[in-house]
Amino acid sequence: MRDITLSQAVNEALAEEMRRDETVFIIGEDVAEAGTPFKILSGLVEEFGTHRVVDTPIAEPGFMGIAVGAAMTGTRPVVDLMFGDFIFLIMDQLCNQAAKTHYMSGGKLSVPLVLRTNMGATRRSAAQHSQSLHALVAHIPGLKVAMPSSAYEAKGLLKTAIRDNNPVVIFEDKLMYQDKAPVPEEEYLIPFGEAHVKREGSDITLVGTSSMVQVAEKAAEILASEGISAEVIDPRTIVPLDMDTINESVRKTSRCIVIDEGHQSFGVTSEIASRIMEQSFYHLDGPVIRMGAMDVPIPFSPALEDLTVPTPEGVAATARKLMAGEMFHG
Amino acid sequence: MSPAKNKTNSEDYLRMYTQMARIRTFEDNANQLYLSAKMPGLTHMYSGEEAVAVGVCEALKVTDKITSTHRGHGHCVAKGAEFKQMFCELLGKEEGYCRGKGGSMHIADQSNGNLGANAIVGGSMGIATGAAFTAKMLGHDDVTVCFFGDGATAQGLMYEVMNMAALWSLPVIYACENNGYSEYTRTEEIAAGSITARAEAFGIEAHQVDGQDVLAVNTLTTDLVARARKGEGPFFMELMTYRYHGHHVGDINREYYRSKEEEADWKEHRDPILRFRAHLLKEGLATEAEIDTLNANIAADAQAAVAYALAAKYPDASEVDMHVFTDVAHALA
Repeated sequence: MRDITLSQAVNEALAEEMRRDETVFIIGEDVAEAGTPFKILSGLVEEFGTHRVVDTPIAEPGFMGIAVGAAMTGTRPVVDLMFGDFIFLIMDQLCNQAAKTHYMSGGKLSVPLVLRTNMGATRRSAAQHSQSLHALVAHIPGLKVAMPSSAYEAKGLLKTAIRDNNPVVIFEDKLMYQDKAPVPEEEYLIPFGEAHVKREGSDITLVGTSSMVQVAEKAAEILASEGISAEVIDPRTIVPLDMDTINESVRKTSRCIVIDEGHQSFGVTSEIASRIMEQSFYHLDGPVIRMGAMDVPIPFSPALEDLTVPTPEGVAATARKLMAGEMFHG
Repeated sequence: MSPAKNKTNSEDYLRMYTQMARIRTFEDNANQLYLSAKMPGLTHMYSGEEAVAVGVCEALKVTDKITSTHRGHGHCVAKGAEFKQMFCELLGKEEGYCRGKGGSMHIADQSNGNLGANAIVGGSMGIATGAAFTAKMLGHDDVTVCFFGDGATAQGLMYEVMNMAALWSLPVIYACENNGYSEYTRTEEIAAGSITARAEAFGIEAHQVDGQDVLAVNTLTTDLVARARKGEGPFFMELMTYRYHGHHVGDINREYYRSKEEEADWKEHRDPILRFRAHLLKEGLATEAEIDTLNANIAADAQAAVAYALAAKYPDASEVDMHVFTDVAHALA
């Protein structure tokens, strides 16, 4: 096992799958020689050529639509959407076309497409380059949604996504592209719908997605030093969502905080919290707490931006209150 | 009628006539199903535009692809679909092309290369261009025809994908069915300048053709398809045509946007089926009696298909969460 960055992990997954299956291709803005602004795809055009690493004009609905049609007719596009915020530009192609084609055709047509994009604030990129919009996508039946929490997950989930016959959207946290993690040399895949218990604990469950897994792990460290044992769960995919693992943990600990970087209202934290309350209500010793991004457009000023996302200290403080029974009355 | 260089035998001509008559008959029956409240929802009639779908699709092979529109029954028939499965789909029955899950506005027939009708105006332009991308990437010689109306020329997606199709020389033909109306609005009120000039701005060869003349449409399309197969695409066609009905079957009182006189003029003087029938008679390719028999057979086929579809069963309730994902039998189980 060697340590590689999340960016390298994505690059390796793409290269391996493109070597394995010649119908896999990459399409998006500045994906070829530039290798994207984040340099994630560097080297791929040299190996696979410009007919499989396809630079497009700045026309997100156009290249997304082309990818949908290409997927319907025998190829496996991996669409590179430079910033997750641009997902609003492609909503018709993603949600009205890709997501519904299999269903509307009674199962005759399918769209084996991967949309890779990113999420995550605190990069000082302001309101139109900082959003975490995965909940919008997860709301639409027919789309699978993966949220890797490290280089290991990024590689294994992407390889699974490329082999999936459904449209899959992968949200990578752009602040984690240079984070290193142990990744096996040998090939592996991570199945969808299998949560990972990152840390075992007995007093409280912290469910975190993407970079919020790290936040939850750091919070668990803080809590451990105070004698509180936190279990950390990474769902890895939110569609499909492994509620069995989450319920099993909550039934053991009887307390839960759900942490996600999407806006808190009407989001992933709300959905997971609701399911826990529906499915494990009698095992709970307190309300399930949601911790999402603040319900404001992401501000530019560092002094303000850092206030908008959950932090380890904030999660630990909430956990302390929950443990002390102080969360019952708002 | 313009001469058709590549269609010299009467069999091809009779098939074109038959396909146009089948579309008209299908639509007349669909309209009756709507008016008699036997069809759920609503639908958009293709009547009047038959020479476009037939002239184009008769130039294609089975593996060539088309994308269709909300006004898509004509494309579906012309690309080879059967009445029975089509009426079943319109009525939401299990034996429909899409097991009743798509309906009139989403009818698809992938076995004949029809990638589906689309209820978002202009929504299939990316899909058509993507299908052409696949052909080029995998080295197939399939051509894709993207049908859309004049109303869709107002959508930005069209210009994004035409740009890429031209940059990458994709084998796609953009077929703009200009029926003069963007829903309830005259086309000249929504389209500035020239429609073909918009394609030409991308360096795409563009043609305007009489969409009521099936041979003219077929001759042009046959030429463009052959050239697209050789990598000379993309191409653009503006097919001047007319829809006999309103925007949809419920759009009955429409004199606020177009006159009855105008409608009557098109029906009496420019009907694609009557014109081609006269041509067949004049050229001695068919007799009155032969054409009447042909029409009677089509009417009987349609009647039988409607009766079959009315009696056919609806999908089982268990189907509601099937086909959400390819690999999950029941998404909500």
